[in-house]
Amino acid sequence: MTDPNTPSAGPETLFGLEEMELNFGPQHPATHGVLRLKVRVDGERIVDTYPIVGYLHRGTEKLFELHPFFQNVPHTDRMDYVAAATNNLAYVGAVERLTGIVVPPRARYIRTLLSELQRLSSHLLWLATHAIDIGAMTPFFYTFREREIILDLFEEYCGARLTLNCMRPGGQPYDLTVGWTERCAEFIDDFPSKIDDYEGLLTENRIWKKRTVGVGMLPPEVAMAYGVTGPMLRGSGVQWDLRKAIPYEAYDEVDFDVPVFYNCDTYDRYLVRMEEMRQSTRIVAQCLEKLPEGPIMAKRPRVLKGPKESEVYFGIEGPKGEIGFYIVGDGSPNPYRCRVRPPSFLNLQVLPEMVKGQLVADLVAVIGTTDIVLGEIDR
Amino acid sequence: MSDTENLTPEEKAAAEEKAAAEAKAKAEREAAEAAKPAWEKDPAVPEWQEAEADPLVEALRASFGEAIRSARTFAGDLVLVVDRASIREVSKSVKEDHGYHLLVDICGAHYPEREAPGFEVIYIAYNFDANRRVRLKVEVEEGVEVPSVIPVWAGANWTEREIYDMYGVRFTDHPDMTRILLWEGFNGHPLRKEFPIEGIDTGAAIYPEYYDEKDGPAANAGTGWLLPKEEEPEESETPEGETT
Repeated sequence: MTDPNTPSAGPETLFGLEEMELNFGPQHPATHGVLRLKVRVDGERIVDTYPIVGYLHRGTEKLFELHPFFQNVPHTDRMDYVAAATNNLAYVGAVERLTGIVVPPRARYIRTLLSELQRLSSHLLWLATHAIDIGAMTPFFYTFREREIILDLFEEYCGARLTLNCMRPGGQPYDLTVGWTERCAEFIDDFPSKIDDYEGLLTENRIWKKRTVGVGMLPPEVAMAYGVTGPMLRGSGVQWDLRKAIPYEAYDEVDFDVPVFYNCDTYDRYLVRMEEMRQSTRIVAQCLEKLPEGPIMAKRPRVLKGPKESEVYFGIEGPKGEIGFYIVGDGSPNPYRCRVRPPSFLNLQVLPEMVKGQLVADLVAVIGTTDIVLGEIDR
Repeated sequence: MSDTENLTPEEKAAAEEKAAAEAKAKAEREAAEAAKPAWEKDPAVPEWQEAEADPLVEALRASFGEAIRSARTFAGDLVLVVDRASIREVSKSVKEDHGYHLLVDICGAHYPEREAPGFEVIYIAYNFDANRRVRLKVEVEEGVEVPSVIPVWAGANWTEREIYDMYGVRFTDHPDMTRILLWEGFNGHPLRKEFPIEGIDTGAAIYPEYYDEKDGPAANAGTGWLLPKEEEPEESETPEGETT
């Protein structure tokens, strides 16, 4: 009898080696949005994957060109809609470097606070969905409990929970409300114990390890050639974080570590993000402690114009990786060209490399570990 | 006859004192302005500066000569304008000889108002050891292809596809030169400056079975639901006044 698992088995066997093309998405819940994958499978093994994106394309980069610099901030909220604060920060940071505006210290600290809280909320959402995809339902309920508190803090600060629109070129639109710092400190004091809870559910869980260890290997040289950044790169043994490498806002005034793990697999990327949450907690606590008094808005022209023939690229460490803006000014109040460097877009591109030869069920784990948001990929 | 000649010595002294006080107040104001923190001053707009003395520029000039058309910095970013034909060799050297291993981004820009109207393709690469980014730029006219840099940075695949999608700039030796964000059959390149923000009529090109030539979902066409041509809504047969 022919063993169906050996490559010599002909097409006459029941499970012969005929390759099948499987359509995965765009409405599949494990694709985290509207990602479609054409998967060529040989039995349960993936031969090749072809991601198809663009279902959520709204022409954000064209819209940037049609609105003045100040009015473009809300468009950035709608790209990576689970990490609006870091999108805002990348955009306003690029505009400030283009026009030479210097931001007052209190605004820099508030920005750092908001982006670290945003990183926490983004990682909590990632953990919840990633665990659900793999089959662990429980972490979802715990992480969303804490995420709710963070969203409440955002709501108290700027009135919105997801599309924050909480930064302006030149500084911050509002000061922190009375009692905000106390409520934030209360949450941050408590949060490390919550991370212990999540880790207690997953880190040494046998099923979790079976599903993640050795799955979705991404060697560092492949990651670099593909422009992969963020926790994905740090899970592949490259200790690089823009907050340390090219510090912006208040990151050079606070103390934190950049976690790095060397096994290049889904489990190590999970460990990187868990450790990043602990480090973010440290940063928030230090920011609250050091928060300076003073103005929150710099002196800025009423109509902000990009200098003639000017161009700048500014990238920050978002929760998903390096989010950057390349802005060209032409002397008018609108950006002449505003390109977004979307971390999810470049991270997703490496997916076919990561799932080659894996099982179809692992595809879901690998999509989860890339932590994509389709609103940012398609823009 | 000026006013000063009529003044008494006391008045003269008072005027001099006043002038001195004004000058002092002005100097104080200027000093206070200079002592202000940076965020209370007028923004200092950055300017372009030549960067020929940069070690990377010197090394690239030595190997590629005139293929590096210009090297300048703006707000601390090094920007090199490179000949279109030699972009692949320059990127290869930038990556392998100078350590710019991480491809940050590739993007395009459209400049129809220039003397030589056309597009720019902008490559951003990062060096981990030097902790520095470099921007390479290629100028390209309508209908001319740019050598693909996929052999240098594998990640160029999708970004080059996006430039083709948005600007119509094609890349030589690209294994999959298709649209990425828009659908196959889309009739235009939306990030070009002449592309209208309201959108264009592309219905007939994609759904010939539903739309006549030049008759598609126009700009602001509402929901854009597709109704087959033959299914014209018929007159209601329900008599007036009768409710169902």
